[in-house]
Amino acid sequence: MVELARKLPLPQRRFPASPVLLLLAAACIFLTVESLRSTIFAQLTVAGVATGVVYGSLALALVLIYRATEVINFAQGEMAMAMVYVAYQLTLWGLAYWEAFFLTLAIAFVFGVVTQRVFIRPVQGRSVIAVVIVTVGLFILIDGLVEWKWSANQRFMQAPFGNKIYHLGNVPIARQDLGTIVITLISVSALWAFFRFTKLGLGMRAGALRPAAARLVGVRTNALLAVGWGLAAVLGAVAGLMTEPAEYVLQPTLMQPVLLYAFAAAVLGGLESPGGALVGGIALGIFLNLLPSHSWGFVTSALELPVAFAALLVVLLIKPTGLFGHRTVRKV
Amino acid sequence: MRRNAPALVAVAVAALFFALLPFGLSDYHRGLAASVAVYLIAILGLNVLTGYTGQISIGHGAFMAIGGYTTAIMSHYHNTNLILTLPLAFVITFGCGVLVGLPALRLSGVYLALATFALAVSIPQLPLKFSKFTGGSAGISASKSVSNSWLYGVSWSTAAIAFLFTWLVLRGRTGRAFRAIRDSEVAATSSGVTLAIYKTLAFGVSAALAGVAGSLFVLATNGFAQPNEFSVTLSLKILVGAAVAGLGSLWGVLLGAAFIALLPTLSASAPLIGSAHGQDVVFGLFVIVVMILLPTGVAGLIPRLRRLRVKA
Repeated sequence: MVELARKLPLPQRRFPASPVLLLLAAACIFLTVESLRSTIFAQLTVAGVATGVVYGSLALALVLIYRATEVINFAQGEMAMAMVYVAYQLTLWGLAYWEAFFLTLAIAFVFGVVTQRVFIRPVQGRSVIAVVIVTVGLFILIDGLVEWKWSANQRFMQAPFGNKIYHLGNVPIARQDLGTIVITLISVSALWAFFRFTKLGLGMRAGALRPAAARLVGVRTNALLAVGWGLAAVLGAVAGLMTEPAEYVLQPTLMQPVLLYAFAAAVLGGLESPGGALVGGIALGIFLNLLPSHSWGFVTSALELPVAFAALLVVLLIKPTGLFGHRTVRKV
Repeated sequence: MRRNAPALVAVAVAALFFALLPFGLSDYHRGLAASVAVYLIAILGLNVLTGYTGQISIGHGAFMAIGGYTTAIMSHYHNTNLILTLPLAFVITFGCGVLVGLPALRLSGVYLALATFALAVSIPQLPLKFSKFTGGSAGISASKSVSNSWLYGVSWSTAAIAFLFTWLVLRGRTGRAFRAIRDSEVAATSSGVTLAIYKTLAFGVSAALAGVAGSLFVLATNGFAQPNEFSVTLSLKILVGAAVAGLGSLWGVLLGAAFIALLPTLSASAPLIGSAHGQDVVFGLFVIVVMILLPTGVAGLIPRLRRLRVKA
């Protein structure tokens, strides 16, 4: 009987539950009002959005893979980190930053596809734990390979956006933050358009939603899973390349904290909701940026992670499938 | 009794082997062998929760941290006998496990994995915040350090007790309830298993074993409890060890523990890649290959071999 258990999604709702929407609206109004009152608050909020979209895009990569295969890829951050090293190597060979950027995205796609084919496919359909452990193994493997090739020493890459600062009224906004937000939003919208308008994208959505039915109408779901991993790797590479200038140095641990926050963002938004992942990432970015200066000195840098995860746990306890997640009804 | 005979013989042989082993080892290798026992206890703990009750946890490093800090703090401030801190760590982490198990009742599958992952990330940060009491990032040390021979004796005795304890918990009514929950929560409930009680109990037992492992872990690192010793990597290592051992079976645990304790050391001198970074490459590759080739871990080999024998 248990094998026959089927998940029946509730009738699709186009919008998240209204309490969540109200909460988000209230948060937006609060942020706007406070930003108008205080310059520092506005500055921190903008910087928070910039870090938040990066968390969001890595979270989106996680969600992309989770929706297709119900797998959490623990190696997502390390894959992104490896791609930043590839870009670094390309600039060393004399490519301009943006040439290296786009070439890296192409390499990332191939890397993602190959990873899925070689490592993930053999354990596809086994227990959650088996797949999780393979991705943990990938995490360790990629880390080792990068340290072997480039050593764990800190490296420096040229900054893509320079350090110019714009002024909006009297709020200073770094060109780098603005660049990060624009680049990330462009890649996310491109992805959205891909899923919305191309035949390949529609096929992938069909494969994720109803694998058996999709196969019956001729969608090659297995090949498309690899494409999904490729796209996730590209999105991760964008997140990595946007994290690097914010951290100033390149080292193998670059993406580990980002991955943790991306997990939090993805769960916050409900693991199955791409929009939720992005909103979750931005919310987390703003929250973490404002926290140290608005918690009466209690939250120092040591407490940032615990507080972020405590917030996450509270959300999960109130809404066990995240803010935008759907409840699934299980029929035994 | 007759059915259990091979198992009993195996246990007796193993006990004899580990009692005699230290006489044939150098001091350094005694330390290394002790660390196998430490991981063995932690993997046993995770196996109770993930293997038998079906609740995934990526947060057992956090319980090890709590146990380890219990030992270091009791010894540092109260000069408690080091062996007495082990049962204390057991009791305290049992409580912590139950406390974590209560909210975990609402979560399942991937969400539980990520929530416990959050635990693994958050707990090692707390000593940094309350650094006056816990020594911050420099850590806190037990009042005296122990020799490798002492460590070997205590860790392996504790491992034997832990193994017996786990076996006793799992063989009767409680173990049946755990397995019923793993196989189907609905079916377990309808046959009278109270989910809340048994799930939190599994969390408690599992955490308690991890806590004891954490105490020994601290003693094995010169009696020093440091936050970065208990990083996420430790939790991941234990999960990997449990998977290699084979979830839902006790017999592979020894190999799983040896795998995570010894492979990094062995592969540090890996050919081709060189000493400095070879260990991660070999470790990672090995984990993946084992998972692909042995879906049920090392323990899964036993029934397979038995089936071969029956055929022949």
